[in-house]
Amino acid sequence: MSGPAALAAEVRSPRPPRQFNARRLFRTALPALSLIIVLLAIRDFNPRAISYFGFNLMLNLAVPVALATVAQLCIITVSDLDLSIGNYVGFIACVTTTWLPTRPWLGAAVILGSIVVYGALGALVQLRQLPSIVVTLGMSFVWLGLALLIRPQPGGTAPSWLAGFMGVHVPFVPFPIVAAVVLAIVMHIVLMKTAFGAVLRGAGGNPAAVARSGWSLLRVKTTAYAMAGVLGSLSGLALVGVSSSAEANMADGYTLLSIAGAILGGAEFVGGRISPVGAVIGALTLQLAAVALNFFQLPELLPGFRIPPEWQVGAQGLILILILAVRALINRGEA
Amino acid sequence: MSGQLAALSRLRTRPWIWSFLGAALVWALAVILAGGHGAWSVITTAIAFSAFTVLVGLGQMFVITLGPGNIDLSLPANIGLASAVAMKVMDGSDGRIALGLLAAVAAGLVIGIVNYLLIRLLRIPPLIATLSSSFVIRSVGISYGRGLQIKPPLAFADLVVARLGGISVLAVLVLLLSILAGVVLARTVYGRSVLAVGQNIRAARLAGLSVRRVRFLTYALCGALGGLCGALLAGFTGGSSLDVGAEYLLTSIAVVVIGGTSVAGGMANVPGLWGAALMLFMIATLLNSSGLGIGVRDLMTGLIIIAVITLAGGRRSLR
Repeated sequence: MSGPAALAAEVRSPRPPRQFNARRLFRTALPALSLIIVLLAIRDFNPRAISYFGFNLMLNLAVPVALATVAQLCIITVSDLDLSIGNYVGFIACVTTTWLPTRPWLGAAVILGSIVVYGALGALVQLRQLPSIVVTLGMSFVWLGLALLIRPQPGGTAPSWLAGFMGVHVPFVPFPIVAAVVLAIVMHIVLMKTAFGAVLRGAGGNPAAVARSGWSLLRVKTTAYAMAGVLGSLSGLALVGVSSSAEANMADGYTLLSIAGAILGGAEFVGGRISPVGAVIGALTLQLAAVALNFFQLPELLPGFRIPPEWQVGAQGLILILILAVRALINRGEA
Repeated sequence: MSGQLAALSRLRTRPWIWSFLGAALVWALAVILAGGHGAWSVITTAIAFSAFTVLVGLGQMFVITLGPGNIDLSLPANIGLASAVAMKVMDGSDGRIALGLLAAVAAGLVIGIVNYLLIRLLRIPPLIATLSSSFVIRSVGISYGRGLQIKPPLAFADLVVARLGGISVLAVLVLLLSILAGVVLARTVYGRSVLAVGQNIRAARLAGLSVRRVRFLTYALCGALGGLCGALLAGFTGGSSLDVGAEYLLTSIAVVVIGGTSVAGGMANVPGLWGAALMLFMIATLLNSSGLGIGVRDLMTGLIIIAVITLAGGRRSLR
């Protein structure tokens, strides 16, 4: 179902009874299935990893990655793409460690200002009909440059409340999982259940139709980008809370990782077809796949052949290709 | 008066002039800042460094010209892997230079072909295909090039940095290659097909062009150029390194955009690549010599890219 059709289906009420569709179900469950498979593989390598402590350790960095991924998802929703999110997260991390502990007002003002800049970018992209890839490519240089100006050398300190928040011990369920679930639910409600979320997705699917039904595309784009700015800022804060110091290019990899996570989670590239829950699951899957290879001594797959730890990026790529291949097969059967 | 108007309209039809004007302006500033010293050496150094940028830029330009959504994000990983392949095959021996170059180009070619197959078989946007393949290529590069400390053969290192009358020989070769690329685009069936597909893929298909073949050749070409650049960079920097290609992800797209190639596809601009590459290098030089540091340099680069695309404006494209 394309964006406008989805919009129409949601506006219509009451909902037509949905037919049971095995293919669609399988496609929707694909991100969750891949997460389960990765978890099973980890349990196979090291059963002790599947524990409160193990998850805390493995998913430490998953919170900032998941936040960056849903930030990217906001942009993908309006059929754009953000190549600057990684550098933006790094920039916010530098602001946080440099100013928030000593001059909190200045730090907060800079972060708010950056979110405004993000929104303004959305307006620029819409007003001048610019390719988002190129604009955000330029912005990636801008954020990196600013981060380097603020913090030429790695270092700084995390505000104590931030480190405390990220290190909080929730009984029974590890904090990163709680955070991921909350994030998934909030984003699902905002993007999938509210009227404005439907408009955002509609603008990704058929901007002309949304404009003609009276919505300002300028406002839509600005909001989507500003939301990405808010979530990107939270990602930077979370990253500082985990790592307790900052460096200008500490989150460079987040740009590609966030796109991969959103796509893995079932987002289509254009047309406003997205899945916030899937994106969070996608981010967790990629993070676990990388960590699994990093933390554990892997058994020999074939005699004399071990997966070396440097394959963690490669494992992420292979998972992505595999999932996309399965999805292509499902879609082909459907067509 | 009419002459001025003609000149103006020529400016409009030849957007690459702006990038050269920008490069000249920044160069003048840099020379003034340096008190008039090193005017010539800045130019020759810029030309030498631009050779690499233009080489990858050419590949990226062909890909972007294919039209909305086409982009190669696997270039940095490709360059890193190819640099390791070249050094391993050459093994420091002068007699194996050609073999090493060939191996690096072949590695890049394979990467380009894999990219195309992913796009075609999985029916995914090129951006996602090249993104996923870059993850895998990076890991291949890490495990292949682990602990690799082979110096480039002496003759190869000499060739890459060789200068005739101050001008880098390599840059002259890349210039010849760019002219060839320009001729291919304007005069051959393949080049014309790339432009046609970029302008209107449906019309191209209805006109009987094999869109698949054109895309296949273009991604293969881009991969091969990346491989070649990797090998040359290894010679230039005195050994292979995985990160040698890192900066070329953004730079390769930046020179294409600043150089006046349409990001909507269908219109390529070869001279602009040189202008943009020279300008970016001049900016780096200017800011380095003014002691403002790398932060300001990145900031300026980003603002220039945004300014250029905002002024150039244009149709909805890439995304």
